[in-house]
Amino acid sequence: MQREVIRAENLSCSYTNSMVLDRISVVVDAGDYVGVVGPNGSGKSTFIKALLGLCSLSGGSISLFGTPQASFRQWERVGYLPQSLAMQNALFPATVAETVALGLLSGKRFPRKILSQDRYKVEQTLALLGVDALRNKLIGELSGGQQQRVFLARALVNDPELLILDEPTAALDPETRERFYGLIGDLNRTRGTTLLLVTHDTGVIGGYASKMLYLDKSVLFYGSFDQFCHSSEMSALFGSPSQHIICHRH
Amino acid sequence: MQEVPLMEIFVYGFVQRAMLAGSLISVLCSVLGVFLVLRRMSLIGDGLAHVTFGSAAMALAMKLYSASSLLISIPVVLLSSLGILKLMEKGRLSGDAAIGIVSAAGIAAGIILASIGGGYNVDLLSYLFGNILSITFEEVCIAVVLFVVVMVMMLLFYNDLVAVTLSEELAKVSGVPTRLISSVLVCLTALSVVLAMKLVGIMLITALLVIPAASALQVARSFKICVLLAGLQGVVSVLAGIVISFQFNLPTSASVVVLNLVLFMVACLVRRLRVTGSNS
Repeated sequence: MQREVIRAENLSCSYTNSMVLDRISVVVDAGDYVGVVGPNGSGKSTFIKALLGLCSLSGGSISLFGTPQASFRQWERVGYLPQSLAMQNALFPATVAETVALGLLSGKRFPRKILSQDRYKVEQTLALLGVDALRNKLIGELSGGQQQRVFLARALVNDPELLILDEPTAALDPETRERFYGLIGDLNRTRGTTLLLVTHDTGVIGGYASKMLYLDKSVLFYGSFDQFCHSSEMSALFGSPSQHIICHRH
Repeated sequence: MQEVPLMEIFVYGFVQRAMLAGSLISVLCSVLGVFLVLRRMSLIGDGLAHVTFGSAAMALAMKLYSASSLLISIPVVLLSSLGILKLMEKGRLSGDAAIGIVSAAGIAAGIILASIGGGYNVDLLSYLFGNILSITFEEVCIAVVLFVVVMVMMLLFYNDLVAVTLSEELAKVSGVPTRLISSVLVCLTALSVVLAMKLVGIMLITALLVIPAASALQVARSFKICVLLAGLQGVVSVLAGIVISFQFNLPTSASVVVLNLVLFMVACLVRRLRVTGSNS
């Protein structure tokens, strides 16, 4: 039997009297690679924030690994890469190694200390993402793509079972974007990491994701990419020519 | 003032007390200043200094002087620091607006209480410009105790503070209690500001919080080094500032701040040379 990683039931969120998410019910099983797509303002990022307890719900419930979100404490099982985390301050004094090491705090109790044995995990993760040569550089001195890889390393350093990424490729050039998708696809295939990835690249993500979740304040579609491509609802939404283009872009 | 040979300065008890207390206070302010500057909360020191002025006027009206006035100042400033956070959260205000409100309330309360208490006196005026050379033995003991408390808290919460400073969102998803950490930071700042009033006064407290941190940010190559450099600059500027003010009969608080500014310019120069060196 598939193990549930995320269960959202009738999840609703509103900001200043405006409904942003309307009764969303979704189950994500272990090992799933879910591409979350939808137009601007459809609530994709709000959905992610709600799952992680970063915004309050106006209705419904969420559980992570079978535990209600409000009482979930095993954050070492979750890695998160938020949208637009580019360092505004080029003088921020944390090195790449210090930044990635902060990802280990989620598995520790107070007082949270980074120990010498933790450095091996940090080095391994830096090498995995190809940023080990940058370990002593300040995070603010890196390019957008390099920072993205460093923050992804931070999200991965604890070997999370669930990795949530919010538009991780927005600032990347097409070549780097393809490499990025390849990298996280490898994580899903080789480590069985459950992935939830918010993106505008509907056609590209379809080549990697096992499931597509199309949101526009509510769930318009949730199923495999193949079903997505043959869905009459999606055809009605995009129009057949656009649906054809999206489904054959990858 | 009659010129005193440099080495003889250190013989005087009031100089020793000033150097000890001043060093401890400046380290606290400098180290906390790194987190405040990076979180764009630099002006909180100014705001809490104004509240300290109000609490000092309250203490004087209650006939509590010197070390005893801390019995009023510490709880009032602690509550005000938490009030700033609450205003930001519940009142949906930005940090500078919340600080401005609390700051204005503090100064206004101080002015009213001072007028009720019979006008401004030397004690109250010393809060404006500081008077480290008049620090008493009891105040030094309090400075030592508060220094230990603040530094122990900083060490215990260090990684949490760095995580929240880097990204509050990421820290929350790492299980770091971000609200608690923010409260810890402003409370530690409140304690340090109350102590620092004696050193540099309301007018210059922001300098002690901001300038060492700003200098360290120019040259540090890691967060740990940044914190250490800020603390070191704090100590050097206080010790040298006291000596210079004594030698040349200058106001101590202003001498400390001017030295900090000189060190900041040196740090900028070092950074400039480093960038030029790496480009050539």
